[in-house]
Amino acid sequence: MTERFTPSVLTANDLLEGDVVYLAASGHWTRRLPEARLFTDPDSAALALAAAQAQPGRLVGAYLAPARLGPHGPEATHFREAFRARGPSNYPHGKQAEGLC
Amino acid sequence: MYAYSEFDHAFLKTRNAQFRAQVARRLSGALTEDEFKPLRLMNGLYLQLHAYMLRVAIPYGTLNSAQMRQLAYIAQRWDKGYGHFTTRQNIQFNWPRLQDVPDILDALAEVGLHAIQTSGNCVRNVTADHFAGAAADEIADPRPVAELLRQWSTDHPEFQFLPRKFKIAITGSPNDRAVTRAHDIGLRMVLEQGQRGFEVIVGGGLGRTPVIGKVLAEFIPERDLLPYIEAILSTYNSFGRRDNKYKARIKIMVNELGLDEVRARVARRFESLRAEWSGADQAVLDDLRRAFAPPAFRVAPIDGFAAAYQRDPVFRAFADTNLAPHWQEGYAIVTISLKAHGATPGDATADQLRLMADLAERFGHDELRISHEQNVILPHVHKSDLPALHGALKAAGLATANVGLISDIIACPGMDYCALATARSIPIAQEIAQRFQAREAEIGGMKIKISGCINACGHHHVGHIGILGLDRAGVENYQITLGGDATQTAALGERAGPGFAYDQIIPALERLVDAYLAVRLGPQEEFLATFRRLGAQPFKAALYETEGQADAA
Repeated sequence: MTERFTPSVLTANDLLEGDVVYLAASGHWTRRLPEARLFTDPDSAALALAAAQAQPGRLVGAYLAPARLGPHGPEATHFREAFRARGPSNYPHGKQAEGLC
Repeated sequence: MYAYSEFDHAFLKTRNAQFRAQVARRLSGALTEDEFKPLRLMNGLYLQLHAYMLRVAIPYGTLNSAQMRQLAYIAQRWDKGYGHFTTRQNIQFNWPRLQDVPDILDALAEVGLHAIQTSGNCVRNVTADHFAGAAADEIADPRPVAELLRQWSTDHPEFQFLPRKFKIAITGSPNDRAVTRAHDIGLRMVLEQGQRGFEVIVGGGLGRTPVIGKVLAEFIPERDLLPYIEAILSTYNSFGRRDNKYKARIKIMVNELGLDEVRARVARRFESLRAEWSGADQAVLDDLRRAFAPPAFRVAPIDGFAAAYQRDPVFRAFADTNLAPHWQEGYAIVTISLKAHGATPGDATADQLRLMADLAERFGHDELRISHEQNVILPHVHKSDLPALHGALKAAGLATANVGLISDIIACPGMDYCALATARSIPIAQEIAQRFQAREAEIGGMKIKISGCINACGHHHVGHIGILGLDRAGVENYQITLGGDATQTAALGERAGPGFAYDQIIPALERLVDAYLAVRLGPQEEFLATFRRLGAQPFKAALYETEGQADAA
């Protein structure tokens, strides 16, 4: 039996900044989760992941992170991904300070 | 203090130039991440949740004011204006950019600091009693030996690819403030017939398999210490497991071979090695003893201290909690708490780092220490200077009088920063400190230690109350352990029961603390003593009295 595919966004860390990035629907890499493309079928997700892994000069550690569609675009379903999309909870640093979430 | 030799400076310069070239090759695409990762880790550069993180070694927790100022400069110029002191006496910068790291390493090298061996399967930063060289209860300052170990282990060709990371801690005092029993090797200075040597403890560690270290040798004379440690490392390098990362620490080897067999193998290795040691290490050690000679203490009246103590209740509270006895009459050891209520444990802003550097220069013979408990120490302060020192600290928000109390919490960065974490630590620490602030004096001595995953960087196993954050079905969940002890009477805490949800952990701790206050024999009986007298039962009963709310994880 094949596992059901969980809708996911494609994410990685930026090579220079280390910041979290997402593949957007337009094909560019965005720092905002709501702008990410939400993959709903495994084949296109796998294809995009392979393409991301072929960009070692730009990205580090690309992977598919489960997400769901919210009112403003994809949202994290796991708290780890929610922190990645927002920044730390002890200081207003990271994306939350830069208007990126 | 030890000052870098020409050799040290030249070594760092070469090493930093190598890393600068490696970063350039990574940025040009000549190196893949798989090729680059081990190189950056060898230089202390991690990739965490939101950004890179640079971990800088502070050897045996000792800094001078110039070094502290340079850390402030780095925090301001290349990071977000603060640094985070860790449970291994290191400092971490949470937001550097990859292309800036070579410049940061050069800035560190200017003051004799680096990030080498703060990651990877090698001998990590050697940690020491943060009161070393100052404590009234000390046999002798262990830092000359710690520096000898640093020099020996740095870039040691045989020990760059050990089965797993290797941590050494050292103390010169019978009262263990360096958690020596939770290290791969713990060294406790002892005297035998007037001769100085070390009790060698092996195979301690926390993490997923917590173990209290065992005594491998009751007494190794100081002159034999380095070859004996080399024999341990060599034995571990040969027989430690490499097939399973989770079974690769020396504690597993000790468990699988048995302590007696390990002792026999180390003895055989020592026998063959000993002759190769010409005594050059002892000559170096003699030089290091001179480098770590006590400062020129002054003799002055301490009436000002006594008067301020009588007059000012805020100063009195600070003196009662944040001072420790110094061996030199008229002096005190001052702990500067980085645990202001509601602040992130171990964090200091660039301004605070600079102020502490200035105060060390003005009042503290130019010395600072970083404790594994994530505080900063001025080890040598004349008591007559304490009122002025306290005033300066107060103005900068650094005079929190809570050392050893419930708000003096160890906490790892947890899921707010760490890629390995399974739950947050920092907000739990912040909330505990705020919730118990009003009655922390009444509660008395209490060590709470929080880890955000089973790797236990927050030392939760040896907290009087330990808190371990886990991911249970996609939700943060916190397990409590009771009765841990990080000192010479080291013990692992006992798991209380099912974990608590994020919004239930603070109420659970309140029930636990209330139960302690109800059953203790009096204010003189600290939590750990009450736990040892009564066992876990009354505390478990308090924790789970509203069992329906606890998440049975």
